[in-house]
Amino acid sequence: MNFDDTPQEAEFRAKARAWIDANAPKQYEEELRKASLGRVQLKGANILEVAKAWQKKKADAGWAVPHWPKDYGGRGATPIERVIWQQEEGVYGKLGALFIIGQGMCGPTMMAFASEDQKRYYLPPLASGENIWCQLFSEPAGGSDVAGLRTRAEKDGDDWIINGQKIWTSGAHYSDYGILITRTDPTVPKHKGLTMFFLDMRSKGVEIKPIKQANGNSDFNEVYFTDVRIPDSQRLGAVGDGWNVSLTTLMNERMSIGANVATGFPELFEYCNSLMLDGGPAIEDRAVRSKLANWAVRASGLKYTSFRAISALSKGERPGPENSIGKLVAGSMIQDVAMYALDLQGAGGVLSGPEDAEAAGKFQAMLLRSPATRVEGGTDEILRNIIAERVLGLPGDIRVDKDVPFNQIPTRGRA
Amino acid sequence: MNFDFSDDQKQLRDQARRFLAEKCPPKAVRAVLEGKADYDRDLWKGLAEMGFLGVAIPEEYGGTGAGHLELCVIAEELGRALAPVPFSSTVYLAAEVLLLAGSEEQKQKWLPKISSGEAIGTLALFEGTGNPSPQAIKVAAANGTLTGTKKPVADGAIADFAIVAARSGNSGRETDISLFLVDLKAGGVDAKPLQNVDPSRQQAELTFAGAKAEPLGAANEGWSILSRVMDRAAVLIAFEQVGGADRALEMGRDYALDRIAFGRPIGSFQAVKHILADMYVSATLARSNCYYGAWALSTDAGELPEAAAAARISATQAFQHCSKQNIQVHGGMGFTWEFDCHLYYRRSNALALALGSQSYWEDQLIDRMRKKNAA
Repeated sequence: MNFDDTPQEAEFRAKARAWIDANAPKQYEEELRKASLGRVQLKGANILEVAKAWQKKKADAGWAVPHWPKDYGGRGATPIERVIWQQEEGVYGKLGALFIIGQGMCGPTMMAFASEDQKRYYLPPLASGENIWCQLFSEPAGGSDVAGLRTRAEKDGDDWIINGQKIWTSGAHYSDYGILITRTDPTVPKHKGLTMFFLDMRSKGVEIKPIKQANGNSDFNEVYFTDVRIPDSQRLGAVGDGWNVSLTTLMNERMSIGANVATGFPELFEYCNSLMLDGGPAIEDRAVRSKLANWAVRASGLKYTSFRAISALSKGERPGPENSIGKLVAGSMIQDVAMYALDLQGAGGVLSGPEDAEAAGKFQAMLLRSPATRVEGGTDEILRNIIAERVLGLPGDIRVDKDVPFNQIPTRGRA
Repeated sequence: MNFDFSDDQKQLRDQARRFLAEKCPPKAVRAVLEGKADYDRDLWKGLAEMGFLGVAIPEEYGGTGAGHLELCVIAEELGRALAPVPFSSTVYLAAEVLLLAGSEEQKQKWLPKISSGEAIGTLALFEGTGNPSPQAIKVAAANGTLTGTKKPVADGAIADFAIVAARSGNSGRETDISLFLVDLKAGGVDAKPLQNVDPSRQQAELTFAGAKAEPLGAANEGWSILSRVMDRAAVLIAFEQVGGADRALEMGRDYALDRIAFGRPIGSFQAVKHILADMYVSATLARSNCYYGAWALSTDAGELPEAAAAARISATQAFQHCSKQNIQVHGGMGFTWEFDCHLYYRRSNALALALGSQSYWEDQLIDRMRKKNAA
């Protein structure tokens, strides 16, 4: 048992470190380090421009999406090298948030299902950050039940005509392309009538409406499709095989291990170390210590669970569904941590302006963002189902609509 | 990075699991629980023959000298099987004190007997309710003898010798405490078994009335030795707890697959699935914290104090959580004497207190994190 790199890993790490040291935008290091959960903002700079510039610089030197094949803009790094890159990129990795969905999920789906010409045309600009991609999956009627989607695609000569609506689409408002799952056959059971496409987000008939969220930001969107025309050459996978294609997309989410998941604990620990409470340091209060210790072991448990996954990667094994615990644990923890940090502030905890609030409003921002963490990319409940079914081998939920033609599934709870 | 046990260590785990499945079925645990024996002598002998008692004891003292990672592996299996033997008192505590602070003569005398299963040892630290502290120790040392009472002492009434923390000064500082080795068969000690929440492992009261005691380790260094031993034992007991948590999770999972209600296995209901998923989460977090503790223990790293406290807290939570929820998944059957659920529930609560309360370890963890932060 050790934490050492193999000689090859050490060599890769040294190369990555040297390049980052010579090229990273160090003027933003401190701000990135302090950036609050879910929202990176830089004073006096446009985050999109800074992010794109850093990604382009990486791409020119061969460090963009290191694990992708060279032909598509990567450098053919192994999964463990990808983790090492993430570790070394450190806070600058936060600049990549805008590209995660495209590079993490759309790219791999394109790699698995697009034609060779398409891959060579579309993937390098996705790797270099020149193009941003989004993932058009969720719908008002199909959140956790993704396969319940209603957006239609109808064949018209060599094209498909799309009508319908997507929701919760992160970054649609600045995306260039998207992958889109649609229903092509409503007369068969829901999983069997789906087909996947990719499209230019500036196509005629695509309308994007940002959603104002509970925390006041607008990171997600509603996307409306009115007679949008997509050529059949932009279909991914067979007609009716969209569910399997989407599983490829979702499975790739799991590979993004090794990056630190935000738990809020380091921020809370630092805060309690400096806070005076009832005439003494908060951290000497027994109740405070008990709370901190319980969150400390959750944070360290997650950290060392990811180390175990990295070790498996290092041996050439693939991480399994057990890695679902990261978001499950961190999601509710950050919410609880934020509530507790506010509670420690007493009446002053309501104030959230950076000038008036303790810790510059960091915990208030966490509080308002954290409900989304517990929902996006799979709710706590869906993640528990995944653990129960795929790790523990318990039976799947009863799905009464499984064998029913989609157009015969009831749509309202109370008829 | 290789944050995992080696193939050899995993083989040892399989070997220990097979051995314990045969020699330590729930029937054997119940025999001790129900008072038919004070510990399982056949199992104890078998553990000695397998070389498990001396796995972290160097060959020169009769052990196999394999190491502490191997001891962690065995601890996990003993926890899974609820082994009703004085392993933790003898191996994690007594042997570790001897290895850390014993004189050459003391090591030569006791460690080979521990390895071979001839001697049972224990650590006598607690004196009634409350957390470990130098101030709480009243047993007094004077002129090579001890006077006073220790309780609870794990396996105190079956042990051959005890390492006793006693007061050797009255300055009010940590340095008032020294350690002594007492041969419990030599007279001057009254050992009385006590009822406890988990009778599958014994607890006792030891009363010293001028018992002869030989110093162990430097005089007045007792508390600092204890503190190191407690950290080391915390990692090892945490592995027992993780083993127990995993087994409780498996029992719950198996029952949920087997038991039919409302026309389907209860494990197909989300309410039950989610209980089991949460058990898996706590067991996994604890296991990961334990691996870090194992690494720190086996390399004697500077991180050991913090890693030990984290492993201890996390594993205590996981075992208590899993054993509690295992009963819930079993419904009414889980509360019967006949089902094994209560054996794990009992053990989880006994181990939770084995080295002082959860709040004591929470305090330790935060102190250690602060120190690191300040450094």
